[in-house]
Parts: sequence; C-alpha cells; structure tokens
Amino acid sequence: MMYPLLRVEDLTIGFPAATVVHEVSFEVFPGETMALVGESGCGKSITAFALMRLLPPGARILRGEVMFDGINLVTAAPRTLRDVRGRTLSLILQEPMTSLNPVLPIGMQIAEVMRRHEGIGKAAARRRSVELLELVGVTDAQRRYDDFPHHFSGGMRQRVMIAMAVACNPKLLIADEPTTALDVTIQAQVLDLLDSLRRQLGMAVLLITHDLGVVAQWADRVTVMYAGRVVEQAPVRPFFASPRHPYARGLLDASVGHDGEAHYTTRRLNEIPGSVASAAFEHGCPFAPRCPVRIDACRLSSPPLVALVPEHRVACIVTAGTEHVPAVG
Amino acid sequence: MSLLSVDNLHTRYVSRGRTVTAVDGVSLTVAAGETVGLVGESGCGKSTLGKTILRLVDPAEGSIRIAGQEIATLGQRALAPLRRNMQMVFQDPYGSLNPRQTVGTLLETPLKVHGMGSRRERRAQVLDILARVGLPPDAAARYPHEFSGGQRQRIGIARALVLKPQLVICDEPVSALDLSIQAQILNLLVALKRDLGLSYLFISHDLSVVRYFADRVLVMYLGRIVESADHATLWRDPRHPYTRALLSAVPVADPTYPRAPVAMRGEVSSGPATGCRFRTRCPIAIDRCAVEDPMLNDLGGQHRVACHRLE
Repeated sequence: MMYPLLRVEDLTIGFPAATVVHEVSFEVFPGETMALVGESGCGKSITAFALMRLLPPGARILRGEVMFDGINLVTAAPRTLRDVRGRTLSLILQEPMTSLNPVLPIGMQIAEVMRRHEGIGKAAARRRSVELLELVGVTDAQRRYDDFPHHFSGGMRQRVMIAMAVACNPKLLIADEPTTALDVTIQAQVLDLLDSLRRQLGMAVLLITHDLGVVAQWADRVTVMYAGRVVEQAPVRPFFASPRHPYARGLLDASVGHDGEAHYTTRRLNEIPGSVASAAFEHGCPFAPRCPVRIDACRLSSPPLVALVPEHRVACIVTAGTEHVPAVG
Repeated sequence: MSLLSVDNLHTRYVSRGRTVTAVDGVSLTVAAGETVGLVGESGCGKSTLGKTILRLVDPAEGSIRIAGQEIATLGQRALAPLRRNMQMVFQDPYGSLNPRQTVGTLLETPLKVHGMGSRRERRAQVLDILARVGLPPDAAARYPHEFSGGQRQRIGIARALVLKPQLVICDEPVSALDLSIQAQILNLLVALKRDLGLSYLFISHDLSVVRYFADRVLVMYLGRIVESADHATLWRDPRHPYTRALLSAVPVADPTYPRAPVAMRGEVSSGPATGCRFRTRCPIAIDRCAVEDPMLNDLGGQHRVACHRLE
C-alpha cells in the first residue's frame, strides 16, 4: 500500500463569527491529481490556503491535522513553513497577474525562488529559469526573461506562474482555479501542460475547481465539498458513472455539459432547488433543505463520511442506509 | 421578416490614438421566437456587438433594423420610445441594479419612464413580473443586497422583461452563477420565452450552455462571424478550424471521453492586418489566407463558413 503524500484529517477552520470548514479529511498520493470540487463558498479555497498556512486575517485552524511529507503543517514553526513553501509544496492561483510582482522581470521572479531555496548563484539561477520558461512553452525564453508581467497574456502569465511553482521540483502543487480566468482553448493548453509536468517531474497536484468537466478530464480522484464539508470522495470513473451523494447527483444532472445532446426544446434541466444559504442554520446534513431524498433523521446530526466500497466514500445516511456498507476497519 | 436584422455592422473604439475595430462587418438576423447563440472567446467583440445592437454603443457603419425599423442612425431622443421593445440582461446583476432602490422601485421605473399605466396598474405589473421570475411579492419592498446571486439575476431578468420587449439580448446571463443555480435561470429563461413569446440573442463564452439553449449559433472571432449553423449541425459537423478548436477544448464531464488535443496555436491577439484573421493560429492555413479575406460562404442548409479551405 502506498503512503499518502498529504493527509488532511478533521481539518476545521473558523472565523470569529462562524466555522466555515468542518472536519475535512482527504489524502493525496504521490504523483496523482486530486480534484477538490464545489461551488463558491463551499470552503475549497480556504482549505487550500490552510494547507499552505496562508489563511486570511481572522481565520484560524480550530482542529485537525495536515501531514505533508512527514511534517504536521498545522503546528509547524514559521521557519519550517518557509522552507516547505515554494520548495516541496507550491501554489498557483486563479489570477496570475495579482500573484506576480508587476515591477520585476518575470525571469528574476522565477530565479528568486531557486536562489532562496537552493542557494544557487545568479548565473545558474538565470540559466535554470530560462530552461523552465522553455519547459512551460514560453517561446524565445532567453529574451522574454527580462520582460515584465504586463507584457504577457493571461495564459502566458499562468505559464510563468507554473514555471515558478515547479522551479524547485515540488512534491505537491496546489492549483486553485488555475484556469477559471482563461478562455476555454487556453484552459485546455494550461491543464495539459500541468498534466505533462506532473508526469515528467513526478509531482502530485491538488486541483481546486468548480468545473466538473475539468475534474473528469484532468483528475484521478475527486473530493466534493458542500457548505464546508466533504460529501463524497471517489476515483473519477466510478464518480462520474454513478455519483452517490444527492448533491453530486444533482450537480451532474443540472450540468448542461453532462448530457451533450440535451436541448431546451426536448428536455428541461434538472434543478437543485433553493441555494446554499439554506445550510447556514442547519444542525444536521447541510444539504438536507435542498435534498430530494431527505428523511427526518437527516436533520438530527451531520452524516459521517462512510466507505461504500473501499475507495468510494459518501456522507449521506440515506445512501449509506440503502446500499451495502462493508465494515470500515 | 426577421425581428432583428443586422447588416454589415462595424463598431470602432479609439484607444490612445489607435483605432480598434471590435465589430468588423457583422450581419445577422434573429427571427421572432428564435434564440440565436453568439459564442466566442474574450475580446472577440461579442459583448460590443450586443451593446451596439441596443445602441448602448454607437455603430461606425452598417444597419440595425428592429421589426423593420432602422435604428442605427436614430438619435437618442428618437430611440427612447423604441427601447421598450429591446432590452438586455447582464452578466452581473448586482452591478446593474441600483443598491439604493427597492426592487419594486427598480422594476417600476422603466414603466414610469415610458409613461405606462397608472400607479396602480404599474404596481400590478411589478407583482406580475415578480411572480413570473419566481420571486415572492414581498421582494418588492427589499433591496438588491438582500438577495443571493441567483435571485439577483431573477431581478435583472424581471427588469428587462417588465416592459414586455420582443427582443432580449442576454450577455453571459449565467456565467457568474454556480452550476446548481445556472440550471434554475436557464429553465426560467426557457419558460419566459415560451410564455411571453420572446426572441433572444444569447451571448456566451460557454459552449455547453449555448448548445443547450440556442436554436441557431454564430461563432465569432476577432470581430467577425466565422461560422453559423443551426445548433444540431454546428455540433455534429463544425467546419471552421476555429470552431473545431473551440469545441474540442470544452472539457466533457465524462472521464471516458477521448479528448483530442486542441488544434490551434498561440493565443488570440489583434490578428494579422491582411487576409484571414485566424490564419496565424490556423492548422490548415495556405498562402491564399494571407492575401484574401474569406467571406461567409453558404455550404447549404444555412450552414455558413468563412474559410478558403472550405470553398
């Protein structure tokens, strides 16, 4: 059995006014792409920021453990974190323009990462940066090394961010909605690039997205979040073939891309009624107010994540009750 | 006769002394009761085209006829009464709703501006449109910030429809919404079209949404329509290399789907000054593409493509 590279257990994150992530657990194995998927406000991005210990002011990790490469990131000292971030664990964000320094040439920004973590000299760092720019598909890299971020298009800036993120050969790259701001043709190019780098460099990717198409095409496994909780977890094939949580089923049914032949003249889209706001005051299952199969017991306590088969877990007492559940041990 | 008929429309912006032609000779029609989808990537001019048709942006040349009447050259004063018949739904409903006005006031104002009905009749119309978009009557007394994103889009739709227009231009109406809310809004737009006999020009970058929602689809690239066809034909048999690249790039929510690499180079830029605008990214460009600008050519059955390789 392979050991996970990242193991998140019972991670709970709160702001003074409210708890926004509840007992989130998942694992990322070496070399795989795990997608964390959910709609806005489900807690997927703040979970990613918590892994990097980069929470916004006011937010705190209340409980839980994040074991990465033998280090508990929740309790790690700032010095340890500085050595981990950008070296073995790196991050790219949705909007590359705001994550790049606008007044520094891009090559220098890539070189800086390697000089900080690997202590190599200026000339060597420059050479390596040019190689990295070539690796991510920036043509004429030698000359573009000295260009500033505003000289690049959105897709090219994201490539530069990726070059920076993989500069020190990380074991895990967290990509938070890396292509949401990009056009669909550029999205495909950037995700293909990430995927080929993953294979070449043997790194794992935690891909945070709201797009089920992106999950299906580029991930190995998926963790679905709703209102701050994990509701389903599975490899992508069984997940898309038969999602088990009523929310996941509803999402796929509501998605116009799922049934490619659907047209408004022949089929009405399935809706998930209401909105996620209804989860705010719920004691039991957060999805219960919108759920088509809820029973009274759903309102009593929040359902645990149980394994239907070893790799397919779901947090729904109705699903778990109607399917054979092997003893979890 | 088409409800909307646009002919050889051009829109130009001047930016730092440079002229940018955002809409470059577009012709299109929308028949009564028809939904026409307009797809393209950011910067292709699709939003500018929508705004030009509604005269929110002035055209540089060309013709725009609504129900037979030419509006491209009308002054704003002459245009005002005609605006009743053509309305727009925006991507970000919050940005287009006055935060200091109650929803009731927001919805009644267009009726007042157009001098429609008595105070009592206007109130009744506001309640009627609220019910049609699926909001409770007490929504009228509340402010936009009290609503969720999906409900705000319902308000945006209500405001566009309160004047009972025939033509509604929807500019990315579901792009800012979560997936579970998108389906609600798309179903609502379908129901309203059926109940009120609307025609839509539906602008979107999301091909899956357009595929579901449009009767006919126009594909736009750098200010030009490069392909147009009915929805079934376009997805079954896309012909323009740009359309093909665009369709192949859409990630399908099925891990067993065999995805082909996107056959297109580089990124959208200002495009070359001569010949076909797409040629610098095109996998099948020939010498002629650099010299001669391809015109839309009918392949039969109203399937039109602007590509020399398909003539």
